[in-house]
Amino acid sequence: MTYIKPKFRHPGLPKNTLGYSRADYEGAISTLCAGCGHDSISGSIVQACYEMSIEPHRLAKVSGIGCSSKTPTYFLENSHGFNSVHGRMPSVTTGANMANRDLIYLGVSGDGDSASIGMGQFCHVIRRNINMTYIVMNNGCYGLTKGQDSATTDFGSVSKGGSKGLYQSIDLIGLALELGATFVARSFSGDKTQLIPLIKAAMSHPGFALLDVLSPCVTFNNNVGSTKSYDYVRDHIEATSVLDFVPEEEEITVSYPEGGSASVTLHDGSQLLLHKLSPHWDPTDRHSAVNRLQQAKKQGEILTGLLYIDPQSQDLHDIMGTYSKPLNSLQEEDLCPGSATLEKINASFR
Amino acid sequence: MEPTNIRDPEYFHKVVDCQYACPAHTPVPEYIRLIAAERYTEAYMINWESNVFPGILGRTCDRPCEPACRRGRVEEEPVAICRLKRVAADHKGDVRSLMPQGPFPPNGKKIALIGGGPASLTVARDLAPLGYEIHLYDEWHKGGGMMRTQIPAFRLPEEVLDEEVGYIIDLGIHTHFNQYVASMREILEKGYDAVFVGTGAPKGRDLQLPGREEGAKNIHIGIEFLANVAFEHTDKIGRKVIVLGGGNTAMDCCRTSRRLGGDDVKVIVRSPFKDMKASPWEIEDAQEEGIPILNNMPPKEFVVENGRLKGVLFEHVKAEYDENGRRRLVSTGEPDTFVEADDVIIAIGQDNAFPWIERDLGIEFGKWDLPALDKVTFQSTLPKVFFGGDAAFGPENIITAAAHGHQAAISIDRYCQGGDVHDRPAPMTNLIHQKMGIHEWMYDSYVVTDQRYKVPHESKVLTLTNRKVEVELGFDRGVGFQEAQRCLNCDVQTVFTDSKCIECDACVDICPTSCITFTENGEEEDLRARLNAPASNTSQDLYVSEPLPTKRVMVKDEDVCLHCGLCAERCPTAAWDMQKYLYNVTKACKIL
Ligand SMILES: Cc1cc2nc3c(=O)[nH]c(=O)nc-3n(C[C@H](O)[C@H](O)[C@H](O)COP(=O)(O)OP(=O)(O)OC[C@H]3O[C@@H](n4cnc5c(N)ncnc54)[C@H](O)[C@@H]3O)c2cc1C
Ligand SMILES: Cc1ncc(C[n+]2csc(CCOP(=O)(O)OP(=O)(O)O)c2C)c(N)n1
Ligand code: SF4
Ligand code: SF4
Ligand code: SF4
Ligand SMILES: [Mg+2]
Repeated sequence: MTYIKPKFRHPGLPKNTLGYSRADYEGAISTLCAGCGHDSISGSIVQACYEMSIEPHRLAKVSGIGCSSKTPTYFLENSHGFNSVHGRMPSVTTGANMANRDLIYLGVSGDGDSASIGMGQFCHVIRRNINMTYIVMNNGCYGLTKGQDSATTDFGSVSKGGSKGLYQSIDLIGLALELGATFVARSFSGDKTQLIPLIKAAMSHPGFALLDVLSPCVTFNNNVGSTKSYDYVRDHIEATSVLDFVPEEEEITVSYPEGGSASVTLHDGSQLLLHKLSPHWDPTDRHSAVNRLQQAKKQGEILTGLLYIDPQSQDLHDIMGTYSKPLNSLQEEDLCPGSATLEKINASFR
Repeated sequence: MEPTNIRDPEYFHKVVDCQYACPAHTPVPEYIRLIAAERYTEAYMINWESNVFPGILGRTCDRPCEPACRRGRVEEEPVAICRLKRVAADHKGDVRSLMPQGPFPPNGKKIALIGGGPASLTVARDLAPLGYEIHLYDEWHKGGGMMRTQIPAFRLPEEVLDEEVGYIIDLGIHTHFNQYVASMREILEKGYDAVFVGTGAPKGRDLQLPGREEGAKNIHIGIEFLANVAFEHTDKIGRKVIVLGGGNTAMDCCRTSRRLGGDDVKVIVRSPFKDMKASPWEIEDAQEEGIPILNNMPPKEFVVENGRLKGVLFEHVKAEYDENGRRRLVSTGEPDTFVEADDVIIAIGQDNAFPWIERDLGIEFGKWDLPALDKVTFQSTLPKVFFGGDAAFGPENIITAAAHGHQAAISIDRYCQGGDVHDRPAPMTNLIHQKMGIHEWMYDSYVVTDQRYKVPHESKVLTLTNRKVEVELGFDRGVGFQEAQRCLNCDVQTVFTDSKCIECDACVDICPTSCITFTENGEEEDLRARLNAPASNTSQDLYVSEPLPTKRVMVKDEDVCLHCGLCAERCPTAAWDMQKYLYNVTKACKIL
């Protein structure tokens, strides 16, 4: 029995600005089913972090429970990680983020983890605009527990056992737009050219960034009649735009025909270049994003790409005016500023 | 690009780098796996079928397979393929009973083989079981050719040579030893149905410099010197010896001199060290025996005083390269250097010589007095005469001689049976599934990180005092196993079935060496620039699929595939499958 990833890598692998190759962002060998969409998302995360030259020790992966939530083991093995309780990834990330604002937070969840047991947490983390990337690996079922319908199983979608979805599904994208999320995007595990720049953009966004990624469960939900199968998604996908993520230090080299393109500058100076494939829609206008989404739904399309971004996003630390440094870096003099300061505080209450 | 035609027998053959590079196309990974399984006898027989001299080659082969070995592209060093062959030979059980068993019913045809080297012996091995009456002529008292006369016993013990030459002679070959063939006309008059010329390149080059004649007593031609040592006509040499030349013959001459009393032996080459023709391992072995190699010193004169050789005068040069990279040796202007010597050995190359072939027989000769031959059939301009080995296209090596022998045997058989010599048999090929279960393959897919193991050497105290003591001791079974495990099993092919692919990317994500890309098709150069990892080694093919449902194609760069099977392991639909590809050059007669 040999299921061990060899140590050798391609000798000509390019290096990023830190001198790391893609291999330095990999994790343990995946134990998910062969062909699971989640593995491709892991691969895209690896590629995005490599391309962004993220120092692995500056990133924390947090997840809940599910096949999707297992994936952080399979990427970024030199980063921090916390595999939490079912549906509780948002609160654990919130705590971590409050304690240490310097890390990049990558939350990984599933449709079961987010839209069922974790629904409340999902809503509140959006409201608070925690600075994090929130990836939902959405396969429309509970993969880990053998494929039961989840809250994102579409009405009428046929399960592997032949039964049809009885209820209306929850559209996490629509919900997030409604709740005031400042970065909302959808993608597909089988389209890395779209997914990788979206992950990069999400990680650069100062605030909550939701990435709902359709990710077929080959074992329990890839049958004919399922609306989350590889074939169905490929047939119904409709991209809003072609996105390019251009880091601050790089020159913009792509050019799109006049009129159809938009560019959004992020707080760190990097730019998002959008070549709009979908007219009458403005990615910085929440109203038009909601309309476009509704329209797609009516036409039976799965709308992907960056749907909405608020370039003025203010994250929870900005809102609360918290201290600028992580708690673990505070010294005794920061934590115990002395009796004079205490006097001042007391005086303010008189 | 056009979709790859994996039905072309050469496509997957090329992926097995070692086998493809081997002139006889020995199925290397197949026998390496057998060694790992301690099935030495079978490993030996696979070799014997392909290269006829596993024990000899396991010690002396020029190993073109090793620089080609894929392992050398993912880490420092290739698999020690050659020395593993020796492991099979050293530890084998009874092999004779697995060889064709004579006497063979005669087919009524008579063939003469001139020269008893590896080329002729291979022809004999391939044709004897078909019932040909084979007559082998050689000027020496035993068969083996230069393997006997040239390769020193400390590299190739006589018992090993006798054993493997014996397997062939014992197939019922009529030997005419101690017979120098002085006239081809006479041979042709004897009514043979076909004649094979495997007489090698027997003439050592001389160096005509001032003093050559006067010092003749102590100036030797390398290959003559080695033959004299092999046949015990020479058993000592002066204390100070200069060997001129930088090829493998020079290495054998200097190391032999060390064993015959030369304790101050130097190799002196006219050009830079890096341009030396000798194999790196032979140079290393010579240096380990305390033999310095001086470079950039062309000889100018043999210095002889009072009829006695005193030494050699050398110039000093450096290499300059013009814009075409062509080398020119130009004087450095330093004063000449005199190097003392009691004996000088000239080892600067060999030439072909066919003084015994009359030029009015219809056998045409071309450049450098080499016969005009068909490169595939080895047939000369006189249809019943065939050439092979060093006699065909100039000096090469044993494995090339064996490869020629196989092809010449096919031609001779076709010719004698009234067939068309250009009608060549296709290779035998076979693709076999390797899947046994989840995470279970029929081959050991695990990729070890062990570095190449070094072959242990006998103590110098023994080897430098007795020229017959073999220097290399060979791997024992344990190390043989460890080295065998380094092989990547390049013959276990990644076979892609596009109709099964659902484009889930699982193979792309798992592949440790980033071999696989799904992308839009394009011309080769364009595609190579767009793959997940640089595909700059153009000697390695791209495996391109038919268009997939998303209009993209699967492109696999074969270059550094580890044959680890993970792509097939992770593929949910078995669009990737690991299949063992057997490729075997068809011989004149079925051996195994
Ligand atoms: C010093 C030295 C070391 C070498 N070391 C290696 C090595 O380590 N590995 C390797 O692969 N190769 C080595 N080679 C090369 C290798 O020996 C030859 O390439 C190979 O033996 C060629 O085989 P062959 O069958 O063509 O002819 P040969 O081996 O040359 O055999 C030809 C035979 O024909 C005989 N002969 C010639 N003319 C006549 C005639 N008219 N009548 C009767 N007999 C005749 C010759 O005496 C000889 O016995 C070495 C060569 C030399 C010189
Ligand atoms: C508190 C709690 N309730 C229920 C479960 C059982 N359970 C494990 S995973 C899972 C659903 C996972 O679905 P999803 O998040 O979509 O992940 P997937 O496996 O589909 O990627 C459930 C219900 C649990 N582990 N813990
Ligand atoms: S059960 Fe489904 S989601 Fe889980 S690993 Fe298998 S294919 Fe992926
Ligand atoms: S790794 Fe093994 S099969 Fe591959 S080229 Fe080297 S010896 Fe041959
Ligand atoms: S066998 Fe497959 S996974 Fe392994 S290196 Fe080759 S292409 Fe990659
Ligand atoms: Mg799920």
